[in-house]
Amino acid sequence: MSSPAAAVPASDALPAVRTDRLPLLLVPVLALAALPLTGSFSTWVTLTFAGLAMGMIIFIIASGLTLVFGLMDVLNFGHGVFITLGAFLATTVLGAMSGWTESESLLRNLGAVFPAILAAMAVAGIVGLAYERIIIRPVYGQPLKQILITMGGMIVGEELIKVVWGPESVPLPLPAAFRGSFIFGEAAVEKYRIAAVVVGLAVFAVLYWVLSRTKVGLLIRAGVHDREMVESMGYRIKRLFIGVFIAGSALAGLGGVLWGLYQQGVTPQIGSQVNVLLFIVIIIGGLGSVGGCFLGALMVGLMANYTGFLAPKVALFSNILLMVLVLVWRPRGLYAVVNR
Amino acid sequence: MTNPLLQLEGVHTHIGAYHILQGVDLQVAHGEMTVLLGRNGAGKTTTLRTIMGLWSPSRGSVRFEGQDVGARQTPDVARLGIAYVPENMGIFADLTVRENMILAARGARRIEDVDPKRLGWIFGLFPAMKKFWQHPAGLLSGGQKQMLAVARAIVEPRKLLLIDEPSKGLAPAIIQNMIAAFRELKQTDTTILLVEQNFNFARQLGDRVAVMDNGRVVHAGPMAALAEDEKLQQSLLGLSLGAHQ
Ligand SMILES: Nc1ncnc2c1ncn2[C@@H]1O[C@H](COP(=O)(O)OP(=O)(O)OP(=O)(O)O)[C@@H](O)[C@H]1O
Ligand SMILES: [Mg+2]
Repeated sequence: MSSPAAAVPASDALPAVRTDRLPLLLVPVLALAALPLTGSFSTWVTLTFAGLAMGMIIFIIASGLTLVFGLMDVLNFGHGVFITLGAFLATTVLGAMSGWTESESLLRNLGAVFPAILAAMAVAGIVGLAYERIIIRPVYGQPLKQILITMGGMIVGEELIKVVWGPESVPLPLPAAFRGSFIFGEAAVEKYRIAAVVVGLAVFAVLYWVLSRTKVGLLIRAGVHDREMVESMGYRIKRLFIGVFIAGSALAGLGGVLWGLYQQGVTPQIGSQVNVLLFIVIIIGGLGSVGGCFLGALMVGLMANYTGFLAPKVALFSNILLMVLVLVWRPRGLYAVVNR
Repeated sequence: MTNPLLQLEGVHTHIGAYHILQGVDLQVAHGEMTVLLGRNGAGKTTTLRTIMGLWSPSRGSVRFEGQDVGARQTPDVARLGIAYVPENMGIFADLTVRENMILAARGARRIEDVDPKRLGWIFGLFPAMKKFWQHPAGLLSGGQKQMLAVARAIVEPRKLLLIDEPSKGLAPAIIQNMIAAFRELKQTDTTILLVEQNFNFARQLGDRVAVMDNGRVVHAGPMAALAEDEKLQQSLLGLSLGAHQ
């Protein structure tokens, strides 16, 4: 079919591929900047691991939130409900399996934790489906109503959770094999924090693989960039959005299990308490960017732990300051992927 | 035109409070290239977006192969076999050229699922696509992005292509190449509705022409007639193409 006359010559060359790596430096820079301030190396190691673990958990929770915004411009202030739900489900499942969680055998512990995670993700995903139908769908494209109604969803969800699990704090002890610390030289690093980092990295790896290697992932990224074009190609983006919403809710449920274990207890407010951090993280990262969300979450986790140690009163403020500094540098966040 | 592939009758489109299309009548015949001309703000883009279901018409009918598609959602319109190249090209900048093409081929899960002969033909039309296959599309030049936008639209056979100002912002040499590519595309019996402001470009390609002004089609007929009739050009395109040749 081809003829030389029709050939459009490629112009000389492309600019060299310039992947934007600068934001990757922020996490080590932040960690190193804290080193002289924390006084001792061992304290710094402990705080850094605590920060990374917290950051990974926040990332797991926030990754869905940022995609939900990126795809449909939906700001969901009720995302925290899924955290609380996941955490309470963990108290129920792990409570019922206390024989296994108290066992010294790591395998038995995992045999209890996995069903807890599965239950949390499944129920959070199903509730997410209903939440999308009832709360989000009527207010597509209406930002002000979205803010109000999703905040309302948060409050109602929290009350419903109190009906089931009661208004009090419920303990969520770590399974036996995850208690205690590894000692590296003088630094103590809690075993559970290492486990949380491993789970966070695994979730990041899976998300990265899906978003870069599968067609659904490419569609999600394309949809974040230009929703109309994806629809013009014949894809029903609303279905994609519902899928992402469910997955994001399930991940928040997983994050709830991890966060509840991290704190070794669950209150009905556990979700609403991290809500602010979630929005700081996704704004730092650039709305719609999972990679940015990952970096933002690690920075926020580290910052929370360093300032929590150095100056506990300004811990939240320090993260807001961090966000402001990032936005001064890059007004749309670390990675601006949304094209509108 | 007994059986047009696409037929708009008395189409009105409102965008918010603005009444943009005010009764558009337009026919696109099977196998032909129809060029839509008109000055800035005449409503050309709005017409294409209305056909795609990106705006919904408030009155009138949009018929494709005889079915009324005016109330359909954009993905359902596309699934009828219509491809759209928007004015801003709609390139997915973070994705590679290859990934852009995979998404454009709705039925393909991987690039291997795309008909290799067709892909080879596209590489023949636009060698830059092959050269920059694995590069992020955001790094392409303006002309290359336009080529990618057209390449995406033809990665699978489509019944109708809607292409909005493919010559916009391109250097004359690139425009010539684009014309050559479109000529070849026309030989494959593809029906095209092309929005253009560049009359020189339009005249070399179009079979038929429709001229828009103020949200209406004010002239429709064979391109050859308009190309030969300088008086008509003056009266129609004087208002539409003052800035062009
Ligand atoms: N989203 C919008 N909101 C309000 N008005 C709009 C919008 N899009 C287009 N218009 C108006 O509709 C009219 C027609 O616009 P349209 O983009 O269809 O023109 P066009 O013929 O494609 O022009 P151009 O040659 O400049 O691309 C213009 O007056 C424009 O200002
Ligand atoms: Mg236009």
